Amino acid sequence: MIKKINFSSLLSQLLLLFFVIIWITPTFGLFISSLRDKDLLAISGWWTSLTTTHVNEIYRMSGKEEQIEENGYFIIKGNFFNNVEGKKIQSFGISSKRINQFKIGETGIFKDKSEVNIFENGDYIWKSLNKFEKKKGKRIFTTSLSPPKFTFDNYKEVLFKEGIGQAFINTLAVAIPSTLIPLIICSFFAYALSWMQFFGRDTLLAIVIASLVVPLQMSLIPILTIYNDIGALFGVAAKSYPGVWMAHTGFGLASTTFLLRNFIKSLPNEMMEAARVDGATHYDIFLRIILPLSIPAFASIFILQFLWVWNDLLVGLVFLDQVPSEIILTAKLKELLGSRGENWEILTTGAFVSMTVPLLIFFLLQRYFIRGLVAGSVKG
Amino acid sequence: MSIVSLFLIVCLGILIFIAYFHISNFILDHFVNNKSKKFSHETSIRAVIFIAPAFIVLFIFILYPVFETVRLSFYDKFGRDFVGLYNYIWAFKDPEFRRGILNNLGWLLVVPTLSTFFGLVIAKLADKIWWGTFAKSIIFMPMAISFVGAGVIWKFIYEYRGPGDVQIGLLNAIIVFFGFEPQAWITIPIWNNLFLMAIMIWIQTGLALVIFSAALRGIPKEMLEAARIDGASEFRIFFSIIIPYLEQTILVIWTIITILVLKIFDIIFAMTNGEWQTEVLANLMYDWMFRGGGDSGRGSVLAIVIMLGVIPIMIWNIHKHREEQKI
Repeated sequence: MIKKINFSSLLSQLLLLFFVIIWITPTFGLFISSLRDKDLLAISGWWTSLTTTHVNEIYRMSGKEEQIEENGYFIIKGNFFNNVEGKKIQSFGISSKRINQFKIGETGIFKDKSEVNIFENGDYIWKSLNKFEKKKGKRIFTTSLSPPKFTFDNYKEVLFKEGIGQAFINTLAVAIPSTLIPLIICSFFAYALSWMQFFGRDTLLAIVIASLVVPLQMSLIPILTIYNDIGALFGVAAKSYPGVWMAHTGFGLASTTFLLRNFIKSLPNEMMEAARVDGATHYDIFLRIILPLSIPAFASIFILQFLWVWNDLLVGLVFLDQVPSEIILTAKLKELLGSRGENWEILTTGAFVSMTVPLLIFFLLQRYFIRGLVAGSVKG
Repeated sequence: MSIVSLFLIVCLGILIFIAYFHISNFILDHFVNNKSKKFSHETSIRAVIFIAPAFIVLFIFILYPVFETVRLSFYDKFGRDFVGLYNYIWAFKDPEFRRGILNNLGWLLVVPTLSTFFGLVIAKLADKIWWGTFAKSIIFMPMAISFVGAGVIWKFIYEYRGPGDVQIGLLNAIIVFFGFEPQAWITIPIWNNLFLMAIMIWIQTGLALVIFSAALRGIPKEMLEAARIDGASEFRIFFSIIIPYLEQTILVIWTIITILVLKIFDIIFAMTNGEWQTEVLANLMYDWMFRGGGDSGRGSVLAIVIMLGVIPIMIWNIHKHREEQKI
């Protein structure tokens, strides 16, 4: 009996472990890849990143200007690796047809009778009885073993050269107001829907609930038209930061209101009554009672909306110009997928940069995040 | 735009709304205090102050557009001339549209089902295990990532290199390890849809998981104890007690993911842009909005078709809310 229980517990632990591994592997692979040397990343899987890798490369030796005369030979010396350490050449070739023709220690002989010796550390000695005449040296194909190499170069490249750094700032400039504005106006709205008496309150609430599920695709074309008209009328840009803030406010309004209303409605009535009797206005009640009590609810809703805006692509694509000063991270990443689709060092690093803020929020504030999701789902 | 000016604009944008509420309420208070008699309209004016900004935004960004989109769907591409049902007839004859409908239906069948299933199974597995919380946060993590970021992550998994080359995509590396030919997964029609859906399942399972975890804690312990004493196996308990008990929760998760899937855009747009027969309605709509100067008529029709999918859920939501109010 006891044995059976242990067995089933072990089985479910193994099964859970299996799920965990499947779920974490994709993100883990992306993270490791973003830290790898880009040349290695392009030719080997990230799971081999701790082992040495076979690398095939082409180098060109120096030309006639470097030559010196010694014992009747003309000699050109140099090093292929330019002081990059750790790589070890195993074999080399002098034509693209046979790139592994010679082992280290063997001598390659070109058609013009010149000879070349290659050393493990990348040094080469090219000698000939005749004077070298060409400006460019000949090509050498090498196969070397490269040790594991990790670097932050990809991050430097992506942040400062590929425009991800600017896009990161743009995304912040979109996300912060797009989160705070709905929070501000919806908290008043939610208060009114919960604790104020006015004509049509139930209808208004029903409209909010209906709006919860209206796909934002329904709004795109009319809103874009309005923005274009405003832009033309006042001679300002149709696509702008304030425009995108208001769009996000509009699309997040129903859910923010709904969640806040559920929370504010659940606060004890006696407190509000007592304050009213003491002559407090609704604004006083809102500031002194509701606001302090709602901080945890605000935190949850802030996180939900912030992550939604941060991760959004469609709204940023439609309501912002796709120029460096306005493009958001997700749109930039999509652009890189198109233009740098083969440069995995840029894609993996860019993706990871775009994930830093969500992951930070996730690990630090997971409790609030989950609470918001659960609150939203129980009714919505 | 420099960072400083961007920062200032951001602050200004937020401050305007705070200032609105503060100043308007301040003026109202002042007005009320100056009257010796109690100012009778105070509450209604305050209600208007509280409601106005949110309602105006709701009206401009949701209510008006819904009607405007319906109107535009009967007009030509510039929204000028009335064309009757022309755009609708076009849609149902268009092979891309039919492909989009079929694919969306496929997504609707597969993604909510599997996400809910995995979420429930993992929630149950992690429930009693000491490292369950850790496991749950790992599986939940993709929820924090953008669809585009997830797209990059999975594109890297599906990466294809020719048969002779070293595979840097994990899936092909595994396939080759077991002696099969590498495949360009994303370009194989029909099947590629499943590879794209996997991304969404990977993300949404976390949502199902956390909600189920919360719901599992609500199951009365006595009920499970009683079943165990009667000799029911864990398997039997799962299907005969837990699943029926969680019926409402399952339904809720199902609808949330269904709504998300109806609107699915980012993953397709980033991974295939609808090529290799992976087109979906939202991507097709984006295409028609911006392709060749845009066609607001056809774009609107596509938006309405997506909207039709959520209307049953909308009615159900309102109905549920009415029921709750009665209690």
